[in-house]
Amino acid sequence: MTAPSFWTTRRRDQLTAYVFITPALFGAVAFVFLPLVLVVWYSLHEWNVLADSFNFVGAENYQKLADDPNFPAVLRATAFFSIGLVVLNLGLALLLAVLLNQKLRGTTFFRVLFFSPVVVSLLAWTIVWGFLLQDNGGINGLLDAVGIDGPNWLRSGGTAMASVVIVQVFKNVGLNMVLFLAALQGVPQDLYEAARTDGASPWTIFRRITLPLISPTILLTSIITVVGSLQVFAQISVLTQGGPGTSTTVLVYYLYQQAFQFHAFGYGATLSVVLFLIVLALTVLQWQMRKRWVFHEH
Amino acid sequence: MRKTVAVAATVALFGALTACGGGEAESGGPVTLRMTTWSANPDHVKLFDAIAAEYKTTHPDVTVKFDALPFENYTTTVTTQIAGGNAPDIAWILEGAAPDFVASGALTPLDDSIEDAADLAPTATALWKQDGKLMGYPFSTSPFGVFVNTDLLKKAGQTLPTGDQWTWDNASKVAAATAAKTGKQGLVVRDFDYKDWTNLATVFRGWGAEAWTADGKTCGFDQPPMVDAMTFLHKAIFTDKALPAPGVAADFFAGESAMTIAQISRASLLKEDGFGWTLVPLPAGPSGSYAVIGQGGIGVLKKGKNAAAAQEFVKFFTSPANSAKLAQFFPPPRQSQLNADTLAKANPLLKPEQLQDVVIDGIENGVVKPSHAGSAEINQAVRSGLDPLWKPGADVTGVLKGVCTAINPLLAK
Repeated sequence: MTAPSFWTTRRRDQLTAYVFITPALFGAVAFVFLPLVLVVWYSLHEWNVLADSFNFVGAENYQKLADDPNFPAVLRATAFFSIGLVVLNLGLALLLAVLLNQKLRGTTFFRVLFFSPVVVSLLAWTIVWGFLLQDNGGINGLLDAVGIDGPNWLRSGGTAMASVVIVQVFKNVGLNMVLFLAALQGVPQDLYEAARTDGASPWTIFRRITLPLISPTILLTSIITVVGSLQVFAQISVLTQGGPGTSTTVLVYYLYQQAFQFHAFGYGATLSVVLFLIVLALTVLQWQMRKRWVFHEH
Repeated sequence: MRKTVAVAATVALFGALTACGGGEAESGGPVTLRMTTWSANPDHVKLFDAIAAEYKTTHPDVTVKFDALPFENYTTTVTTQIAGGNAPDIAWILEGAAPDFVASGALTPLDDSIEDAADLAPTATALWKQDGKLMGYPFSTSPFGVFVNTDLLKKAGQTLPTGDQWTWDNASKVAAATAAKTGKQGLVVRDFDYKDWTNLATVFRGWGAEAWTADGKTCGFDQPPMVDAMTFLHKAIFTDKALPAPGVAADFFAGESAMTIAQISRASLLKEDGFGWTLVPLPAGPSGSYAVIGQGGIGVLKKGKNAAAAQEFVKFFTSPANSAKLAQFFPPPRQSQLNADTLAKANPLLKPEQLQDVVIDGIENGVVKPSHAGSAEINQAVRSGLDPLWKPGADVTGVLKGVCTAINPLLAK
């Protein structure tokens, strides 16, 4: 009797699997896991690129974060942007999807209309809106024509953040709208017929049938939108540069300022660790919550 | 086995990364020097390329490439390149970033790379020295002046005040009247745009105001001269409408404003068949006449791969002969070249008296725009502190006090 060969079928299958995933694994390690580890490592250092200094300082950057007088304002701005964006974007996307799911003439035209900003370059979109929102720009020109003296949208504390949120809502609402449309069309028609036969009102039908059945899509879109909202950068950089004051300085923009403008790469890394933890916590939270509010999962 | 693969992959990757980051040893073979600039102006590029081509005739192994980066993010881009292990060999440096670059040890001293260094004007080199060593060469020492669109003034029935009458009060009146009558803008402080406040030094110096004391330790924003200067500016913007309001874009060189405060190198933006224009010094303020200079320097980066070859090229680029050529765009720091004759040859657009009044007198008497170690962070704090000022009815004194509260901890660093 010979000794069993090392290359059992199972081992051979495993090797094949590893060989197949190696290219993807290499990419994930090089561009996701390694940077993640390095950022944590950098956050423990005082790193000034110009002076070529890279000194281990332990938790000093985290202490600096706790004492940073700007940080609460930055967190507030980030929360305001994210909550504003998620509520407006999901609300509007759902409303549009329900409206455009009707069997009416012209719905295709409006679907294309609302989806088209999604395929426009983000920078081009933002720059054009920057012109429109100038004090002597197109929006105030329109308001002027109907006798309203519009505010200086991007330069006053009250309207700057709201303007950035709205520019971003219109940019991406089409994507969520299409996802919602797909979900709405997946709801079986016989459920609606049965409900109507039982005399349910349109609102009851929406609340009791439509919403529960599209809840997986609501979960998906809310995760994508929340995570995306925390990464907002180009819009802030083009429209407001974090101003006026610090009213639109969101976390990613603040991180950029610290690392790339003030040369404090270590502190910038600390801020990105915080950003990572926030995104992680929110995603885990939403995933946990799905058990409570996602009623229908394939 | 899984572990071994993972460890091997990580080690290989780290190895690759550190190899990218490390400087390469200098060899005797051909070298390509990369010099970052913030000018993609075709005339500038043509001149740089000509200088590099001439250098190649005596140094066939050396090729110099000029890498024009966008001005708005210039310093950020250069420092990011340094962080990424891709430092340029030679870099232009803005005056605002000069203290950081000079003090950080990122640059190699240039004392041996400058011919006839005694010729350099001390006011021009002050910002670029560290412990008596010249760390950067201020190739451009460019005073600010006021460009005036004489066609627009004529159309509005205004005359440009001259001599003792060329004061801020009168400049503001003429700008406001021209704006009101022509529907264009009055006076534009170029590149300020309610963000880069350092350009406002061209205004507030007229009141003797300064952003901080010469030692860089005490904030000057809450002092009476600054309060007076900013009160004037606020009234000129929001009451008299002599300056465009925040968020209003107007380009003087496209004929959209009556006047602009800009450096003389901007004269290259004027078209020969365009509108009629003139160039005059900054108006006198309550504290008399004054001048403000913007600077650009050249530095050789220690982290560049060919520092020695780079120093050699800088010696050639800044030599008296090349300095005279560069003078047509960038006023040189060489005293022997700061006379109307030399400058007139290089600046055919400007009249001798304009060169004398704005350029030569400006460099002799001027102060350089505000700069400070950690300038990016301080500038950001000032900018965001000044934001509440840029609306009608702002409390000027209160806002300026707030600016000092914000920057005092940074000045003390």
